[in-house]
Amino acid sequence: MSGVGSGYDLAATTFSPDGRLFQLEYAGKAVDSAGTVVGLRCKDGVVLGVEKVIRSKLLVKGSNRHVHSVDTGMGIAVAGVLPDGRYMVNRAISEAANYKSFYGQPMLGHVMCDRLSQFMHLFSLYGGVRPMGTTVFLAAYDRNGPQLYQIEPSGISQRYFGCASGKGRQQARTEIEKLDLKELTCAQAVKEIARIMYTIHDETKDKPFELEMSWVSDDTGRKHVRVPEEVVSAAVEEAKRAIEEADMSD
Amino acid sequence: GIMAMPGLPPAGTRLREGPGAPGGVQTGTTIMAATYDGGVILGADSRTSSGTYIANRTADKITQLSDRIYICRSGSAADTQAISAYVQHYLNQHKMETGEDVDVEAGANIVMQMAYGNKDRLSAGMIVAGWDMHEGGSVWAVPMGGTLLRQPVTAGGSGSIYISGWIDKFWKPGMTKEECKAFVVKAISLAMSRDGSSGGCIRIITINKEGSTKEFLPGNQVPLHHDELKQPAAESTAMEVA
Repeated sequence: MSGVGSGYDLAATTFSPDGRLFQLEYAGKAVDSAGTVVGLRCKDGVVLGVEKVIRSKLLVKGSNRHVHSVDTGMGIAVAGVLPDGRYMVNRAISEAANYKSFYGQPMLGHVMCDRLSQFMHLFSLYGGVRPMGTTVFLAAYDRNGPQLYQIEPSGISQRYFGCASGKGRQQARTEIEKLDLKELTCAQAVKEIARIMYTIHDETKDKPFELEMSWVSDDTGRKHVRVPEEVVSAAVEEAKRAIEEADMSD
Repeated sequence: GIMAMPGLPPAGTRLREGPGAPGGVQTGTTIMAATYDGGVILGADSRTSSGTYIANRTADKITQLSDRIYICRSGSAADTQAISAYVQHYLNQHKMETGEDVDVEAGANIVMQMAYGNKDRLSAGMIVAGWDMHEGGSVWAVPMGGTLLRQPVTAGGSGSIYISGWIDKFWKPGMTKEECKAFVVKAISLAMSRDGSSGGCIRIITINKEGSTKEFLPGNQVPLHHDELKQPAAESTAMEVA
């Protein structure tokens, strides 16, 4: 089958005549077709939420983690190809530990962002490897305040107030833009993310999913931890109710 | 390490012996650093000895690692100079990566990593001190072996043993810059008057929010303690001592 990138898309090390790196674009497509991930940077911290599509009814609830802590005050949510994301997480853990050992201080968020960007970028420089099929959502809370970064397969990274990726990213971004992120607290953000996830989820077309969330905030003592099960359940209940009411009043 | 072989010293033996022994330029020394209200004062004597020969009587034993971080060096001059060069390099890179001025703690930690990681090859006792916007002034001792210990005041080198008790008695927190400077000058002069490996002049560095200032007290103006004959005063651009 010949597509747009025919002939120039076989290796990440090859440019096309019009200056595109097709392998990176395809990596992006892997992320775009995966479950939705949302990150919100709030007044008092950062919240991450992941739509985990349930592949089998036999899966233990809460298994198959998509969100991981990489340092005391930093966490990563993986969007896209999960094993690639796991590789990034392990690299981040290693970077944070070595930094702490050498400098005696915890790694700053923007330094981790740069390290991960450079690492992702490596995979577009050599033949024989492929780019990571993940976008990394990095949540950090250090002495420069709460920060949310998104690192793409190309190695491009940006700092966000709110960002989304995956199947429902367009709808999610529309919803995020309606929020007043400068005033929003993490406790509120958990509810908003739940609401966003359930709003964009189509009951009839999409497979059932499990919502996994984490946060790092003043209330967690600036430690990156999972949002407690009760809090997530309560937020999900509230989201479902709100959506039902909205439906009924149409 | 190298296995024991005929003709070689036993494995693990240091080829250089302790301070003052021939075969190696030592900074048999008095160095110290003290915190005051708003910053730190570092002080050192200026004698570099090679056995009984004084290789340099006006040595500068305080080396700059970054804008507001300095290190006092004692032990092998070669070892401490090599360590200082490495740490300057790493701190420069670290500053680029973080986009901020380096914390004293980070500088001290790197010195510790080098000292501990090479502990069987080095003879280096150091004090890292400076000012940063997160902790203000801080003093970090890195004695031989590679311990890292933050202290409000500390002294090192062969002359420090003579003034440990005096420092314990007379140091107090919250001194002014001038009080602390006088305190450091007096401490070092006391050590110089008893330790044969310490002498010459006294160098003082003041580090605070405004930056760092280097000062110099010539040998003939170092305070005297034991009925020594006072040297004739010569004109100088030296610091005022309280």
